[in-house]
Amino acid sequence: MKGRILRALLRKEMIGIRRNPLVPKIIFMLPIMTMLVIPLVATMDVKHVGVAVVDNDHSQLSRQIITDINAADALSVDALCPSFNEAIISLEGGDTDVILTIPPDYEKNLNSGLSPKVDIQANGVNATKGTLGAQYTAQSVALTLQQYMSQTGHPLPSPDISVLNMYNPTLNFRNYMIPALIVILLIIICGFLPTLNLVEEKETGTIEAINVTPVGKLTFVLSKLIPYWLIGIIVVTIGMCIGWAVYGLKPQGSIPGFYLAAILFSLVMSGFGVFIANKSNTMMQSIFVMFAIIMIFQLMSGLFTPIPSMPEWAQYFTYAIPPRYFIEIMRALYLRGTPIAELLPQYAALAGFATLFCASAALSYRKQN
Amino acid sequence: MSIFQALIKKETLHVVRDRRTVFVIFFIPIILLLLFGFAISTEVNCVRVMVVSENHTDQTREIIERFRTNPYFDFQGIVSPVNADLQLRKGNTDAVVYLRADEGSLKSQIVVDASNTTVAQAATIYLQNVIAGKSVSPALVNTLYNPQLKSAYNFVPGIMGMIFILICAMMTSVSIVGEKENGTMDLLLVSPIKPYSIIIGKLVPYFVLSCAILAVILLLGYTVLGLPVSVSIINVIWVSLLYIILSLAIGLLVSTFVKTQLSALMVSAVIFMLPILMFSGMIFPVDNMPLPLQWFSSVIPARWYISAMRKLMVQHLPLQYVLTEVAVLAGMTIIILILAIKKFTKR
Repeated sequence: MKGRILRALLRKEMIGIRRNPLVPKIIFMLPIMTMLVIPLVATMDVKHVGVAVVDNDHSQLSRQIITDINAADALSVDALCPSFNEAIISLEGGDTDVILTIPPDYEKNLNSGLSPKVDIQANGVNATKGTLGAQYTAQSVALTLQQYMSQTGHPLPSPDISVLNMYNPTLNFRNYMIPALIVILLIIICGFLPTLNLVEEKETGTIEAINVTPVGKLTFVLSKLIPYWLIGIIVVTIGMCIGWAVYGLKPQGSIPGFYLAAILFSLVMSGFGVFIANKSNTMMQSIFVMFAIIMIFQLMSGLFTPIPSMPEWAQYFTYAIPPRYFIEIMRALYLRGTPIAELLPQYAALAGFATLFCASAALSYRKQN
Repeated sequence: MSIFQALIKKETLHVVRDRRTVFVIFFIPIILLLLFGFAISTEVNCVRVMVVSENHTDQTREIIERFRTNPYFDFQGIVSPVNADLQLRKGNTDAVVYLRADEGSLKSQIVVDASNTTVAQAATIYLQNVIAGKSVSPALVNTLYNPQLKSAYNFVPGIMGMIFILICAMMTSVSIVGEKENGTMDLLLVSPIKPYSIIIGKLVPYFVLSCAILAVILLLGYTVLGLPVSVSIINVIWVSLLYIILSLAIGLLVSTFVKTQLSALMVSAVIFMLPILMFSGMIFPVDNMPLPLQWFSSVIPARWYISAMRKLMVQHLPLQYVLTEVAVLAGMTIIILILAIKKFTKR
């Protein structure tokens, strides 16, 4: 009996989704846009650091320093300024990010055994770009100096350090973002859409028609959620295929592990969405509440910024953010090829959140206010 | 005039009676400011590091001591090579340093988990500097405008750029479309009120609400987040007011295009929110994007507003540095207002 009601309700929902002018478009466009556009944009790499050089030395060495900076990967000499004031103006105007000042008689002092220092000023408005840009410049200068000293016969003691970049040898930021972007797909498909759908029924009053029937709470909520779970899985698959076809990125770990995480996370998000919907009366309310919470989810989950950089209290707080675990699983599966057994804590946490949110979704649904 | 006042009163009541929405509207900027100010940092300031060392000498001991005392590292101990691989794969550590002292000379290898490239790049530089010790750095480095390297300085303007579009554009469009959907718009249109009074009556409460939010953001920014106060705060305020008017105009324009509240919400969310998050330079720097996307980003008002706010709030530059941004914003406002009014009066 229950199965038949559920089947009928599911059919109604499917037709509702298909006939909605916007939803099928969203389902189709969202993964494409997210997976194609966001990786192009979402890069924190510090790539184009403009350097303004104030060369007070005009020696062979200072010219060598300038050429080497210009040749470095992330740096380019965008302005050669005769005075520091002009360099500051170019920095204030946003043309350059770092000012390198080479003091007068730099080469002469260096050769006479003093250790003169160049001065580096970085624009700190964007803290990451400022610090990394300054460090790159300093490194480039240090390298030039090392070469210069070994040419003139006073080699500096250089430590023997080699660097090995594991799991992402080309240091491609996209490889880091793409696995985590799947979280955005699931948040929108399984979180936003069912909420809007449910609240819309409330606003137009059609939910009353359901409330007077003998349909059980659980059946009704399930009938709202199952379509979005299916859509979520389809969208995630499309996302994975795009990642593979366009960026050549596929999970190094197990595919069942990938789907298990996706299913658990869609349970979490949809349960959460329905809970919000049950508690709100208008679409505007539900949108704003969802928006506030999703904002916190995205920012605190380590999607864009590293969690270990947060202060300790905030790091504890991230344990209560379900996407954190999903993103960790995705990145581990995609890049590091971690076996599922080593990710058990994350899966367990997701399962816990799924149970909690789905239970509160079913319990908070009231046929009467 | 009394009709106009009555209209404004009606709209204000409309806004204020939805307590939860008003609460969330004030709650979002405050939470965002606090999160960005205190919790979120794009800077890498804690690299978790493990050391694998085969034989201990004074040199290796000294390096380990430096890891232990450096606040930028979280030293997780000396481990075996097998365990190091496992911890790296599990993501429990960011970098492993292999040290080998060979007849007096020290060889070292840094193995970083490069899956997060930002952390990996920063970690490599930090580790290299620490292992190399004092012999490095021929440069004195100094950071202008933001000596403590607070990420908040970069984010406060971004949050403002997003919040005003969200509140002004989304709420006005939804409220006007809601009136159309419920049919109450017809009641207003047949009344002796002029159409533009209806529109202004709709816009005024949201304008006031936005000004209140602007006040809250500035207050928090200058007190709790410690943005430096200067005369340019006056410029900050009037450029923000211009941006608020622009957002209201966008909301008005949207309301003339869509028919249902749901689509107004969708349009606001899809056409405004995502591009602002992605293209405005709020989180991701504009000059890192491929060129076509950079061109695209210049049609997004938030990009200009955020750039102007960074110059005014953080760098304290005088007004002449933001002339381009202000001119673009003003131009956009005029064009959108004209379009919206034309579309609106036709009906």
